[in-house]
Amino acid sequence: MIEIRLHGRGGQGAVTSAELLALAAIQEGKYAQAFPSFGPERRGAPVVAFCRIDDEPIRLRTNIYNPDLVMVLDPSILRLVDVAGGLKKDGILVTNTKYSGKQIRDELGIQQAIGTVNATLIAQEEMGIPITNTTMLGSLIKAGRILDPESLMEPLKKRFGRIAEKNIRAFKRAYEETEVIPKE
Amino acid sequence: MSINRKGIEVSIGAADAVAMADVDVIAAYPITPQTHIVEHLSEIVARGDLDAEFIPVESEHSAMSVCCGASAVGARTFTCTSSQGLALMNEIVFIAPCMRLPIVMILANRSLSGPLSIWNDHSDVMSIRDCGWIQVFTENGQDVFDHVFFAFRVAENPQVSLPVIVNMDGFILTHMIEAIEYWEPEMVRRYLPEFKPVNRLHPDKPVTMGAFGMPNIFTEAKKAQNEALLSSKVEILRAWKEMGDITGRYYKPVESYQADDAETVFLTMGSLSETVSIAVDRLRAQGKAVGQIKLRLWRPFPFEEFRLAVKNVKKIIVLDRALSFGGPGGPVASEIRAALYGEQNMPVVANFVAGLAGRDVTVNDYIAMYEKAEPFAKGKVRQDDYIIYGVRE
Repeated sequence: MIEIRLHGRGGQGAVTSAELLALAAIQEGKYAQAFPSFGPERRGAPVVAFCRIDDEPIRLRTNIYNPDLVMVLDPSILRLVDVAGGLKKDGILVTNTKYSGKQIRDELGIQQAIGTVNATLIAQEEMGIPITNTTMLGSLIKAGRILDPESLMEPLKKRFGRIAEKNIRAFKRAYEETEVIPKE
Repeated sequence: MSINRKGIEVSIGAADAVAMADVDVIAAYPITPQTHIVEHLSEIVARGDLDAEFIPVESEHSAMSVCCGASAVGARTFTCTSSQGLALMNEIVFIAPCMRLPIVMILANRSLSGPLSIWNDHSDVMSIRDCGWIQVFTENGQDVFDHVFFAFRVAENPQVSLPVIVNMDGFILTHMIEAIEYWEPEMVRRYLPEFKPVNRLHPDKPVTMGAFGMPNIFTEAKKAQNEALLSSKVEILRAWKEMGDITGRYYKPVESYQADDAETVFLTMGSLSETVSIAVDRLRAQGKAVGQIKLRLWRPFPFEEFRLAVKNVKKIIVLDRALSFGGPGGPVASEIRAALYGEQNMPVVANFVAGLAGRDVTVNDYIAMYEKAEPFAKGKVRQDDYIIYGVRE
């Protein structure tokens, strides 16, 4: 089972990202769960969403404490929230940032592998808005190798309709531009 | 893999099932505490995809009142609520079964305030334990989806004609996106016949419903109501059997996991059951004779099936998601102890109250409960012994 924790701010689409991942996995014939951190949502406040993916039916119905993958949509929460909390030793933290993986790792003081991409820039250039949820999905899929990127196309088209093309472009560009440094 | 397998939020799946059941009337109070279930149904009706009346009312009290009226004239009727909404609805909840109105309600289980809370536990449903509705619990999205059809089928069965509550855990299920196998419309047609009410309000054939019950008839009316609920079990079993024949999923009043040779069993209801089964696997791997019993049918209480399921068990760890203040602990353990009273080789009942108002209960927590319960010996546990698990002190 792969457990993923997504960090963002209310309104940035962390929950949507988790949902799209689960839908893509289910489309591949796998089992998946996607769920928000339950509570009153506030726009702009740090939020968490979760996703589990497995080849077997998933019986675990708790929060995720030791994720295999962490995805950070908003670089401004890297220092606000313990985004790497509980991340497995062989896990990967994938973040939206303009800095290098090495710099992020030093700043967070962790040893795990880091995936980095300037998702805000990509989203701004491809979609004209700094909403990074689909962009960061491209990065997560690249760094985590958890799903075939093609599996995301259908859920993206369904979810975004006429603006799906832009989202897919951002997704693909982030997939290409993500850099991963291995664990120390 | 089924072509009908969909990744979907369980609430949306439940709403789709209600629409596939071709309901006539949906009455609901559309703001909190509410779920996406009625929100999605209102969209389906507004789009014209479902020929039904969606009646947004000003309170849950009115929602259930509208449901009673609609059901009385022979409409297939649905509503949905949670926690304080159920509390506000309470007065009319008790009237529907007495009038034998086959309303279906999904209760997205959430804690009753205060302190003010929106999160999941079973304090809402336990407050209406004795309301006279048929009550079932679900574990996952597929259970919820299947039990929408089950609920209408049982409720409207002329032999039953009683309202049904499908309990689904708030958030843990209502806000979860997971895979659900949708039924084919043909399966729904085969499983769920057209609603033909036993009695209905109609000018051509006048009847009285909701009449006065003078002292000389009230007791008889209540006994009749109780008999109706008790005898609904035959039809409940039939409805589950026939669903299994259609879907391959056979539900039972009491379900078990690794319980055949178990000395200790966890007893659970609702969505935490799945997590508990992982704890059972881990304890089994340590060589412990542990299993699990799950109550799917809560009313009518499945005494016979329950006693059979725990026949050879030495200890039952009952997980309660609500508290009976100043009483004997959790409401489920209380009933379990009552159901065992007088049985030969009565097992010890260890009661843990956990997972109140969305407090996460992990696999390790269940293992810790098992270990805490280990020293509980026969004769040393009394009715009023219980542990509120995980309290920070």
